[in-house]
Amino acid sequence: MSEIVAKAPQGHIEVRNFSLSYDSIEGPVQAVTETQIHVKPGEFVSIVGPSGCGKSTLLNAVAGFLKPTTGIVTVDGEKVNGPSAERGMVFQQYSLFPWKTVRENVEFGLKMRGMARSQRERAARTLLGLAGLEAFEKHYPEKLSGGMKQRVGIVRALATGPKVLLLDEPFGALDAQTRVIMQQILTNMWQRLKISVLFVTHDIDEAIFLSDRVYCMTARPGSIKAEIPIPLERPRQQSMMMSSEFLALRRGLMSLIREESIKAMGGEISDLGMQGLNIELHGASLADVI
Amino acid sequence: MPASTPPASPPSFGTLALRWYRLNRGGLRATAIGIISLLAFLLAWHLLTTYRVVFFVRFTNVPSPLAVYASFTKAIHDPKFLLHVLLSCRRIFFGFSLAAIVAVPLGLIMGRFKLVHEIIFPVAEVLRPIPAIAWVPMAIMLWPTNEQSIVYITFLGSFFPILVNTLHGMSLVDPVLVRAAQCLGAQERSIFRDVYFPASLPHIFTGLTVGMGVAWVSLIAAEMISGQYGIGYFTWEAYSLVQYADIALGMIAIGVLGLGSSMLIRGAGQLVMPWRSR
Repeated sequence: MSEIVAKAPQGHIEVRNFSLSYDSIEGPVQAVTETQIHVKPGEFVSIVGPSGCGKSTLLNAVAGFLKPTTGIVTVDGEKVNGPSAERGMVFQQYSLFPWKTVRENVEFGLKMRGMARSQRERAARTLLGLAGLEAFEKHYPEKLSGGMKQRVGIVRALATGPKVLLLDEPFGALDAQTRVIMQQILTNMWQRLKISVLFVTHDIDEAIFLSDRVYCMTARPGSIKAEIPIPLERPRQQSMMMSSEFLALRRGLMSLIREESIKAMGGEISDLGMQGLNIELHGASLADVI
Repeated sequence: MPASTPPASPPSFGTLALRWYRLNRGGLRATAIGIISLLAFLLAWHLLTTYRVVFFVRFTNVPSPLAVYASFTKAIHDPKFLLHVLLSCRRIFFGFSLAAIVAVPLGLIMGRFKLVHEIIFPVAEVLRPIPAIAWVPMAIMLWPTNEQSIVYITFLGSFFPILVNTLHGMSLVDPVLVRAAQCLGAQERSIFRDVYFPASLPHIFTGLTVGMGVAWVSLIAAEMISGQYGIGYFTWEAYSLVQYADIALGMIAIGVLGLGSSMLIRGAGQLVMPWRSR
């Protein structure tokens, strides 16, 4: 019985009345205001928004790297006070330790926890095997492709058995084909591990394809503009991205983001730049004009 | 039987040699040109000294390569010459090692703790531009023996390049790696040991290489001024005793020792940083 209680769903992220501002010479600058989000245990939630909207700021606050100016971030009711191995993080820049081999990178979190060498070696090998990387355990990260590096990054973040996984545009630097495969791998791992995921991206397709729910943020100062449930069935297939249901979701999100992106670019672009988009070419091709 | 698979025979020696040549053509070319260039230098030296050319520069008293070679064969059997070399190497070893042992940890700590940086950096910046040679009179006053003051000069010469490069390395540590380590449960000590230190190593080794070069510069100058032994003293003594071939021999010995010690550091760097070797 107590087994079941102990195994009760974990990884409930809650962000309440959150705002974050930093000081500048012109006074405080508001990066994120009035934000409430939550991730239920085992849920996959994405945050999308125009660049600079503060979605990474929000994620970094959940990770514990930034302190909220007002409001509170909790995981399973416990206040987040700083980074910890309970909240695994995957970064866009891979952030593998170049001086450690693939296996040493994966072992790092277990070593920090004080696990014995032989034990953590075995654990790391098993995890690398799941990600199809056992052949590369002795390689240094520099020798790996971007997709492989990020697979190691995900495995490393999961090795310590965190309650939640935070990903900050993890596939942003990958080419389109690799990105699709990585999305599939991440979905598989997530379904197997039943871990809560908070995923930041600016790629709308990616957000819809991966998530149970998507938060759309406004331009700076960022706040939640909309919360969109993604009712697509699981397991998700690549072919779903052509379905009318998917496309409808995509259209909806697209127009939300577009509004905010134009706002984010400031006034001048809507006056001059938007006119520019309608340049009359009078039948000449763009190359002729330029 | 598929016709497309001919029986695999090991490639002949000729084929292998040709392939090896194609793959290593660039390196072979560089080596060949390097050898030719060195030979041309020797030839020019030989001609200029044999014909005692005077053209702005006077080669009248400059020893020829053959004369230098003759004094070299004599010197390697001379225990006194070997003692000169040995003592210089010992001074480099002590001066340089002390500098590395002090400057690397100091740089790491200054890079990590702002207050330490704020306290020590101004003093370092004031002392740094003073060439080690300018310390010679002061060093003689500070240290009871000549040997100690020479080692001190060598130490000073290599200290600042090592410190400055270590600091530079610390300032370039990718903050994302620090955050990644924190997310994996690393505390201050292991962040220092597993992130800051290895991340700074390439720059530390740049500092060690530069520091080794400056150590030799400072050592030779100190030996010429205040020594009784050492390869710098040997070179200066040769001038005073009008043994011109020994001047060149001393110079070449200094060059070879400097080259050897910087190769040692490069080798150590490759051992310590296996992830950086291609």
